Amino acid sequence: MEEGSKRRVNPCPKLLDLIPNERHWMVRDPGGGGGKSGLGAEEERKLELKLGPPGREEEPSILSLGYFSKASKTTTNIYNLYSGAKRGFLDTVETKPKDHHQQQQNGLFQLNDRAGLGKEVFIDTSGKAEQQLRLERKACSQTRTGTAPVVGWPPIRSFRKNIASSSSKPSLLGSQNEEGEVKAELSFRKGLLVKINMDGIPIGRKVDLKIYDSYEKLPLAVEELFRGLLEAQKDPSVVESRNHGEEEQTFSGLLDGTGKYTLVYEDREGDRMLVGDVPWDMFLATARRLRVLKTSELSGLSLGGVCRKRNTTTTTTTTTDNNKVLC
Amino acid sequence: MTYFPEEVVEHIFDYLVSHRDRNSVSLVCKAWYRVERSSRRSLFVGNCYSVRPERVPARFPCVRSLSVKGKPHFADFNLVPPDWGGFAMPWIAAAARGLPDLEELRFKRMVVSDESLELLARSFPNLRSLVLVSCEGFSTDGLAAIATHCRLLRELDLQENEVEDRGPQWLSCFSDSCTSIESLNFACLKGEVNAGALERLVARCPNLRSLRLNRAISVESLSKILARSPHLVDLGTGSFTADHRSESYYMLIIALQKCKSLRSLSGFWDASPRCLPAVYPICANLTSLNLSYAPAIQGADLIKLIRHCWKLQRLWVLDCIGDKGLAVVASTCRELQELRVFPSDVFGAGTACVTEEGLVAVSAGCPKLHSLLYFCHQMTNAALVTVAKNCPKFIRFRLCILEPRKPDPVTNQPLDEGFGAIVKSCKDLRRLSVSGLLTDRVFLYIGMYAERLEMLSIAFAGDSDKGMVYVLNGCKNLRKLEIRDSPFGDAALLADVGKYEAMRSLWMSSCDVTLGGCKALAAKMPRLNVEIIDERDEGDEMEENLTDLHKVEKMYVYRTVGGPRNDAPHFVWTV
Repeated sequence: MEEGSKRRVNPCPKLLDLIPNERHWMVRDPGGGGGKSGLGAEEERKLELKLGPPGREEEPSILSLGYFSKASKTTTNIYNLYSGAKRGFLDTVETKPKDHHQQQQNGLFQLNDRAGLGKEVFIDTSGKAEQQLRLERKACSQTRTGTAPVVGWPPIRSFRKNIASSSSKPSLLGSQNEEGEVKAELSFRKGLLVKINMDGIPIGRKVDLKIYDSYEKLPLAVEELFRGLLEAQKDPSVVESRNHGEEEQTFSGLLDGTGKYTLVYEDREGDRMLVGDVPWDMFLATARRLRVLKTSELSGLSLGGVCRKRNTTTTTTTTTDNNKVLC
Repeated sequence: MTYFPEEVVEHIFDYLVSHRDRNSVSLVCKAWYRVERSSRRSLFVGNCYSVRPERVPARFPCVRSLSVKGKPHFADFNLVPPDWGGFAMPWIAAAARGLPDLEELRFKRMVVSDESLELLARSFPNLRSLVLVSCEGFSTDGLAAIATHCRLLRELDLQENEVEDRGPQWLSCFSDSCTSIESLNFACLKGEVNAGALERLVARCPNLRSLRLNRAISVESLSKILARSPHLVDLGTGSFTADHRSESYYMLIIALQKCKSLRSLSGFWDASPRCLPAVYPICANLTSLNLSYAPAIQGADLIKLIRHCWKLQRLWVLDCIGDKGLAVVASTCRELQELRVFPSDVFGAGTACVTEEGLVAVSAGCPKLHSLLYFCHQMTNAALVTVAKNCPKFIRFRLCILEPRKPDPVTNQPLDEGFGAIVKSCKDLRRLSVSGLLTDRVFLYIGMYAERLEMLSIAFAGDSDKGMVYVLNGCKNLRKLEIRDSPFGDAALLADVGKYEAMRSLWMSSCDVTLGGCKALAAKMPRLNVEIIDERDEGDEMEENLTDLHKVEKMYVYRTVGGPRNDAPHFVWTV
């Protein structure tokens, strides 16, 4: 039936901007006659697209396909088609090679009655309709910009439709943004927040370096940050047998290599360096990230740059691959 | 069996759990009917208008658990006008009169008023469980009534309801002697909740295993609550947003680590990626994870999280996980059974979120996958064929390509062959939703192969009546058929009218069915309610001379022994 045949034809991009709806017609292209529901029936008819020869005053043939409901003449649905779009579509239709073919196409879209004639026409030209369908699709596929709103589509609950916009987080860039933020913090902000991770603890923390004026207080800060987490991770049955003395010593010797753990940092180039080698101000300027590593594992890591830097006072390094340590 | 005394028969019937089995045995003979009737403890009414509520206590006087569903499924997508119906009050009233020992009550897609909740609270002293899913019409005052009067309440589960906020005091209405709560879900409430009252409630309910908080609950409160309920199995976090330097975030981490029993996580509204590491320590035990309310967590962070979740069986995410993220899911979550990927940017231009690639990856990596809801921007036949081969165990397969009538982008063909492969391969398929460009052919395949299919959702598909007829003729177990914007008309509607008495319901909107066709159907089948929903103004209707050729905008047909509705609004009329 003609409805079916209509639906097989893929509309041009502008036509797809028309949204079928029992109540609200929303038209994306602002240049149009306004997709407002205030249009009266007469105006509706004027704007209706007809594919027959001009001057016909029959029941409107509807170009668009499937999106439109065909309730009745006085429906609040608005068939808001721009003449531009109409021409565009007709152009596509007319590029058909055969005249005969085109005649039939026009016949296809004449909705004289809803059953019988239309149906037969459809069956006869079904192959051609397919052809046209493909052509339409190719013509339209490049110019489609996005899915226009249709009532109840996509089939998700209302509260899901606004999830992206109702989130209170303005930035949706995710972790990529974090690096940028850290850099900004380093250079321009009052605080100097750097991430700090400790071996064996999956949760990282952040430390504000600017509140310390020297390396002295740093180990204490590190201890504060991680003591609780270390404890929470410990097997409760084992904790009992440990002596407190051992715990106190976990965080000592962070800077001189004598303790259980050693504090290292990563500079802007990604090199890993021992904390304490460079003057504090320079450390503030170059440190991007801190790590608390097990001293026993230090020598195993390719801290090539570290060894050299221990003996020199410069922090500049030529970036060589073996200096880079994978996080 | 007739030599056995009724007590023995009843004992045997105790082993029959499914409603269908029980329905069958009650048809055997009068004796069995009697025994079954008085031993039925649990009743499920799939369509509240299929039977009059008063019938329930008369027919099954000893029911302890009642579950009723109201509006048709498409009401979820605003296709059913708000005052259509589905009122819970008549059911509560009938149960109050005839089933005073009722212990469990469940309503889905119904209109539940505060008055009805008040009546409910006062009428069932033994009420243990109240579950409201996708309901509306009540406020926190109604919840206050429940909290006040239902002293033995174990479960209050509010899933995705529209609840009017009248203040936080409802939670305080749980009496101090109430210690029985095992499951509390108020995630859908929009307003503030008295955090202190909540903490005290949690502290005095030692059996609490499932707790789903709403967005108003801060990380601080969450930490305190978790500290009181370390045995939680299922947690819906609150807003989950915090400053990483803050003590409260730190406390949260500690508290979460102590919850060794947690298997299911949801919530995460407003969660930022930097908060997520707090859950890493418990990820290894998770079987269910719902991140679909957290748009700020994008692909890379989702990936980091999912790498820890190797025991996951159920995953709900937004499509910003991307195909790459789904590949990680495929390689990590070998136990995955259910996957839902929701669209995050509904009206966008298809900034490549997930495509067929992600689905293929998951199908290859997760052999136990049986339930899928997948919103994507494109799909190919080749991908669907591969998925069908990889996962023959699908029970639910719901694919939504966001652009209606979109063909296979590679071949420009309809997706008939792809869906055909799915129905052919998945012999146990019970639920199917199709999308993309589809001709009658796909319905030919569905009719031919989808023998176990019970629910089919069709939108913007098909060419002619033949499509619908294939389905009606073929799917023997079809219970619910819902169709929108497809070219099926009277010929299809009337092709097999007897079929609708074997189904629960048929929904057709924006199709080609006419008033005449509906009248013909109603005339032939007196035990169907053929409802027409027409939302135009009454004024227009009067002047309009509706002929039988008038196309019906929305039609809802369902079998019933209750006759036409007596509570239909003016825009619904039963033909």
